[in-house]
Amino acid sequence: MRLEVEDLACDRGGRRIFGDVSFALAPGGALVVTGRNGAGKSTLLELLAGRLHPAAGRIRLLEAGERTLAECLHYVGHRDALKSALTTEENLVFARNFLGDPALTPQEALAAVGLAHAGRLPVAYLSAGQRRRIALARLLVAHRPLWLLDEPTAALDAAAQDTLLRLMEAHRDQGGMVIATTHAPLPLRDAGEVRIERARPVPSEA
Amino acid sequence: MIRSFRALLVRDLTLAARVGGSGPMGLIFFLAIVTLIPFALGPDLNLLSRIGPAILWIAALLATLIGLDRLFQADQEDGSLDLLRLAPVPLEIVVLAKVTAHWLVTGLPLALAAPFLGLLVALPPDAMPALVATLLVGTPALTFTGAVGAALTASLRRGGLILAVLVLPFMIPTLIFGVSAANAAVGGTVPFMTPFLILVALSLFAAVVGIVGAAAALRSGE
Repeated sequence: MRLEVEDLACDRGGRRIFGDVSFALAPGGALVVTGRNGAGKSTLLELLAGRLHPAAGRIRLLEAGERTLAECLHYVGHRDALKSALTTEENLVFARNFLGDPALTPQEALAAVGLAHAGRLPVAYLSAGQRRRIALARLLVAHRPLWLLDEPTAALDAAAQDTLLRLMEAHRDQGGMVIATTHAPLPLRDAGEVRIERARPVPSEA
Repeated sequence: MIRSFRALLVRDLTLAARVGGSGPMGLIFFLAIVTLIPFALGPDLNLLSRIGPAILWIAALLATLIGLDRLFQADQEDGSLDLLRLAPVPLEIVVLAKVTAHWLVTGLPLALAAPFLGLLVALPPDAMPALVATLLVGTPALTFTGAVGAALTASLRRGGLILAVLVLPFMIPTLIFGVSAANAAVGGTVPFMTPFLILVALSLFAAVVGIVGAAAALRSGE
């Protein structure tokens, strides 16, 4: 499948956040979204994830059969979408059954992010970095071609960042696509870059 | 489709059973209200048994309301709602799974506990099966109606109060026919089945409108 974005613009609260964002992504492709705080990086991912609606422009999904964009992607945002009262394994079992198209088992996914020992712990007991790793393990339990990662390296230690990079590259080798926002340099092999600039305020017609 | 539905149903039931879950709270609240009324009214058994079905229905309505505000709000706060939007099924199925889980942990226990609480309001024995039946078919209407309000107020911090104000007017028909069906079983001129079938119809109607409405409210976003 391929993803094409043309002249995308987003308004929030009556203000233009950004406009004229265009890019295309082919299988195996990666895109790094950069920009200042509040420029709209997360907003771009939320547009792609279907949480917000674009004010202008188009998001086109090609060669994906009957699947909608939302059914083709994983989204890991700032909020980790984990239930504190459930154990890490229960959270992953839910994601695997709910999202469909199962890939690794929860145990294997936890081992891949280095948390094999934490399977029976409630998520409430885990640190911020460990929670982030569980959220990333969710990428592995269900197969989805497009990964949307919002500052995936936040709260991760150096070793976990390396693991994440390896997982992303492995996903791309299998024909997957990755779109990640970041402040820290993300050394992904031949990744495209989109820089989001805050749109200049349009003078209102008083 | 069944797989996603079941996964979400199981998750919500597990969450309700865990510490901090809303599982038994509705039932305890129900008990508290029903226990308070006889203290307020005094020891007049005739009066109590006459208004008993009404008391139980109002208590059931309030007990349904107190858990509803967290129906979508909890998922909104921790980001789970974004995960639920990625389901390979329509959002309506997601809403149906969540509402079903909510009814199983609040509405169903209320209906089953009603005969025991009926003793507190001197309900005549022959009215009890009828009361359970009306609560069994009537509480889904309350939950489905409330789900629309819960979806609309999911991203509001003090959504619980607004939710109550929003959905209470829409629960009035269910309340009227629920109580009149329960009263008709004890005596009166109306046959039991007349208000009871209208109550069933209200539940079916609320199921359709509630699911579509709540999904539309979630889609429109923040």
